Amino acid sequence: MITIVQETFNPWDALQTYQQQMELRVLRTLGATNVFVGSMRDFNQEVQVERMVLEYYPGMTEKQLGMITAQANEQWSLIDSLIIHRVGEVFPTDVLVLVAVWSAHRADAFEACRFLMEALKSQAPFWKKECVAGQQARWVAENTVGYKHY
Amino acid sequence: MNQQCGIVVKYFASLKEKLGRSEDYFTLTRSMTVSDVWAQLNPELTPPEQLKVAVNLDYVSWDWVVNPGDEVAFFPPVTGG
Repeated sequence: MITIVQETFNPWDALQTYQQQMELRVLRTLGATNVFVGSMRDFNQEVQVERMVLEYYPGMTEKQLGMITAQANEQWSLIDSLIIHRVGEVFPTDVLVLVAVWSAHRADAFEACRFLMEALKSQAPFWKKECVAGQQARWVAENTVGYKHY
Repeated sequence: MNQQCGIVVKYFASLKEKLGRSEDYFTLTRSMTVSDVWAQLNPELTPPEQLKVAVNLDYVSWDWVVNPGDEVAFFPPVTGG
């Protein structure tokens, strides 16, 4: 499932709720769950960031996330996946993204989760604008490459 | 001109602020690539090197030919996650 949310969300509650909705016959096949949670730091490039605004492209963002999820399902043997991404105004400690992957064996869950997160960061149309104390707000120019082996 | 010949062009993030608008509506009078569309709508601004372009919610290259009814979008590198 792919969800874009405007409000603060608790990733652990979201995971629990999502997994509780799985059918018992599915739950019985799960051998591995891999979870990534990304949250907002209070600094970037040695500057104190007070808040950020996350913009996205309604329609394209969901479509791109759907495409990378389909790619992950082609490449690895997955039972389910969940992506939740925050948009709008966010503050330090707020969770920005949750990626969870369920599979029978750990290798698929580990690798697909990493792939989904890196593909999200390079393909899904989201943009961060940082609000810094005493300065004009600035757009983050580009995401760093986090992983090179997929 | 038939309304179906129109395309919508969207701008996001820093590009939207730089241009001072989020959308343009444009009537195709001839076959155009996305590069032509940019030049027509923003003749005063060379597209920044890193600028991305999408048609109908998919990434495309700058020589992609636009069709009537398409949604074109220009935006800077993405920074989500």
